[in-house]
Amino acid sequence: MAVAPGVGARSAWGPGFWASFAACALVLTLVVPVLNIWVAPDSPVALPDYLVPLLGKYLCYALLALSLDLIWGYAGILSLGHGAFFALGGYCMGMYLMRQIGTRGVYGNPLLPDFMVFLNWKELPWFWWGFDHFAYAAAMVVLVPGLLALVFGWLAFRSRVTGVYLSIITQAMTYALMLAFFRNDMGFGGNNGLTDYKDILGWDVHWSSTRLALYLASALALGLGYLACRFITVSKLGRVLLALRDAESRVRFLGYSVTNAKLFVFTFSAVLAGIAGALYVPQVGIINPSEFSPGNSIEIAIWVSVGGRGSLLGPIVGAVLVNLAKTWLTGAAPETWLFVLGALFVVMTLVFPRGLAGLTRRPDRIRPSVAVPVPAGEQA
Amino acid sequence: MASARLVGFAGLILLLVAGAAPASADDFAALVGGLAGDSFAEKQRAVVALGTLGDARAIPILQALADERLLKGSDARIAISATDGGTARVRDAVTGADIPDIDLPGFGRIIVNNRLRGAIKVALGALTLFSSDPADRLAAAQDALRHPSAEEAALLEKAIAAEQNSDIRAAMQQSLAAARLVSGSKQERLAAIQALSTTTDPQIKNLLEEFRTSPGADPELRKAADAALASIGNRLWLVGLAANLFQGISLGSVLLLAAIGLAITFGVMGVINMAHGEMIMLGAYTAFVCQQLFRSFLPAGWIDAYLLVAVPVAFLFAGGVGVVLERSVIRFLYGRPLETLLATWGVSLILQQAVRSIFGSPNKEVSNPSWMTGGFDPIGGFTVTWSRLYIIIFCFIVLGVLALVLNRTAFGLHMRAVTQNRPMASVMGIRTARVDALTFGLGSGIAGMAGVALTQVGNVSPNLGTIYIVDSFLVVVFGGVGNLMGTLVGALSLGIVNKFLEPVAGAILGKIVILVAIILFIQWRPRGLFALRGRIAEAEA
Repeated sequence: MAVAPGVGARSAWGPGFWASFAACALVLTLVVPVLNIWVAPDSPVALPDYLVPLLGKYLCYALLALSLDLIWGYAGILSLGHGAFFALGGYCMGMYLMRQIGTRGVYGNPLLPDFMVFLNWKELPWFWWGFDHFAYAAAMVVLVPGLLALVFGWLAFRSRVTGVYLSIITQAMTYALMLAFFRNDMGFGGNNGLTDYKDILGWDVHWSSTRLALYLASALALGLGYLACRFITVSKLGRVLLALRDAESRVRFLGYSVTNAKLFVFTFSAVLAGIAGALYVPQVGIINPSEFSPGNSIEIAIWVSVGGRGSLLGPIVGAVLVNLAKTWLTGAAPETWLFVLGALFVVMTLVFPRGLAGLTRRPDRIRPSVAVPVPAGEQA
Repeated sequence: MASARLVGFAGLILLLVAGAAPASADDFAALVGGLAGDSFAEKQRAVVALGTLGDARAIPILQALADERLLKGSDARIAISATDGGTARVRDAVTGADIPDIDLPGFGRIIVNNRLRGAIKVALGALTLFSSDPADRLAAAQDALRHPSAEEAALLEKAIAAEQNSDIRAAMQQSLAAARLVSGSKQERLAAIQALSTTTDPQIKNLLEEFRTSPGADPELRKAADAALASIGNRLWLVGLAANLFQGISLGSVLLLAAIGLAITFGVMGVINMAHGEMIMLGAYTAFVCQQLFRSFLPAGWIDAYLLVAVPVAFLFAGGVGVVLERSVIRFLYGRPLETLLATWGVSLILQQAVRSIFGSPNKEVSNPSWMTGGFDPIGGFTVTWSRLYIIIFCFIVLGVLALVLNRTAFGLHMRAVTQNRPMASVMGIRTARVDALTFGLGSGIAGMAGVALTQVGNVSPNLGTIYIVDSFLVVVFGGVGNLMGTLVGALSLGIVNKFLEPVAGAILGKIVILVAIILFIQWRPRGLFALRGRIAEAEA
């Protein structure tokens, strides 16, 4: 695949970019609060309170899609286990929120969350220590997915596991984590997960002001994540990533450390996913092991695919659009959603391999209409 | 209080006296008459005596007594009243003949109390050894293990002498040995320990352990018991090993069946078919539909054959779906494996939802044909079920036929040629597009047959495929892509390791351990256990 247009370093940080970025940021951060707070509730454009966390959830999904796009679109690593990093970040936040419940739980135990009292545990397990401090929990949101990605990536990239093999073992990873988190004696609430949160940093999670703040935090995280991804992709490292996506051996022979480049971007992407998960949990009010299911992780790939991989804006739009459709369809005609989702997968890959982003660009390469089988290669 | 204790004591003495009293078959009628005795003690004596008599005729009488359906006539006749299809019938207890002219006022119910009920239960337990139903006799013989005693031994001896069925006799002999261990002479005990050392029954193991640690045990006997326990331990270990091995091979063969098709589509063609699990699911639903059609349209005796019909039908149906899928979607995506993965995932969602819309989401029941139900016990201690054995055999037949097709037929030759060098194969006149479609159809068809096999050991539901898809991919990747031998070794070793881990780590933790192990294994050998070498491997790298 040719170098995607628009990644030239010269134009990347020009005034044109900043103007459009500021415009998008203003729309995201101003329109929602204004419509939610200052517009009269009976006005047709008013945004009811219950929609704020829903929009916040879409922004978290957008950040998650962005993180997958960074490695899939730019480095050719299709991780089918990105939901695992998202869920781990979410669990870290969930553990903080559980510890904030304190004596307001059903059993009123000041130290132990309800499910531990229920399991007749006497002490807080060591991996729960420190989660009553927000700063510690926030650090864990970054560290836990980051470290897992670092170790997993180091093992995988060092032995040059690429393409589908990598996809399959990332899928195995998230599957194994799902099975593990379903176990009650792991200490993460088993299949009920962590829920029934009370407050975050002293604010009740049910207050509409808290929800608005969480929405704004998600928007901020998405904006910063976007800038960071843009910084990476237009840098020299970004060029190396594009190059190794298209011809890994050649890049290696030119003397670049493919392993380190991949490892960095994979870990960074996992951290982004973790942050997305951490912001997601207080807005939806629950985290449970089904977030680890392989199906969820593959769904992220379709958001990216719809938006167009290899463009940073595309996946954000894709995640929001697909989830809007999902929310609407699962409400209006639940049995058709899977047909639509399945058809999206097929149509996007067959007809619009570059997604929505591809529609806005001039086609820089015309694919042969009938491709021939080549065993799994580098152009993954 | 005092009087109650006194009565209890008297009852105990009476029980002992009755137990010791010799009773011959001749006075059956007299004993039955005793059931109508004036005092509870007298009735109890009769009950106990009937129990030790070992006459199966006493079973319905005692049951009737326990239910207070036993009547005493004014002429001292004893009768059983029973309701038979709504009409009351009264039979003579001793002769069993109907008493047509019911003179109910002349009969009175025989009253029982709780102590008597207890005695009846014991007596009935002993008598079941002489029941006319073999299953009852076997259950009684096994039950006798639980309360070994001298009386039990005497009864068992009597029952063994009358027993015709060798299985039941073996069970009785085991219980007799256990009873002798508790109550016999030293010689008898030694013989009993010898006899018990060949068993795998945990109950007997406990009994021997108890015996060994009992304070008054003879050193010689204790030594014999130690030896017997060691031999039981060995035997249990062997049985455990055999059971694990069989279950492991059985699980491995299921995994293998699920993965063979994938070994072709993924291994040979390089197509990541995430809808592979749904091909298995379609095969399973084909079996369900075949069963329903047989049930509704064919005579009842034919139902056992539905499975034989379902196998080829499932092959053709799933294979046909596979060919359509290849022609409509996959052929446009050759050389783009990750996109193939996403597109076929979409197809899998559509197929799942389609089946859910047609058949509904609850599990469907597919029954085993009669020739696949039940099992047999090869060495004692665990059961080999026919269904699992047939699946193992079926799996190897499929693998064998597939190897023949790949290596000995023109189609197989074309397939290998197209895989190895497409342009050259095309130049030689092989219609590569047709070969692609047929190869994909073959892989999907085998998945369909796997689905039929899976209906015999599990549930049929729309998400049947998702259960096997991760496992199947792991098997293929673990064994090495493009290699049937690797798939075979991969599936069997995963199955066996899984079953050996399960008792140690638990089912879920065992599975996690295996997943992690495979992830690490792929780091070590990125191309699997049996990696292809040479030019093909170069092309893939």
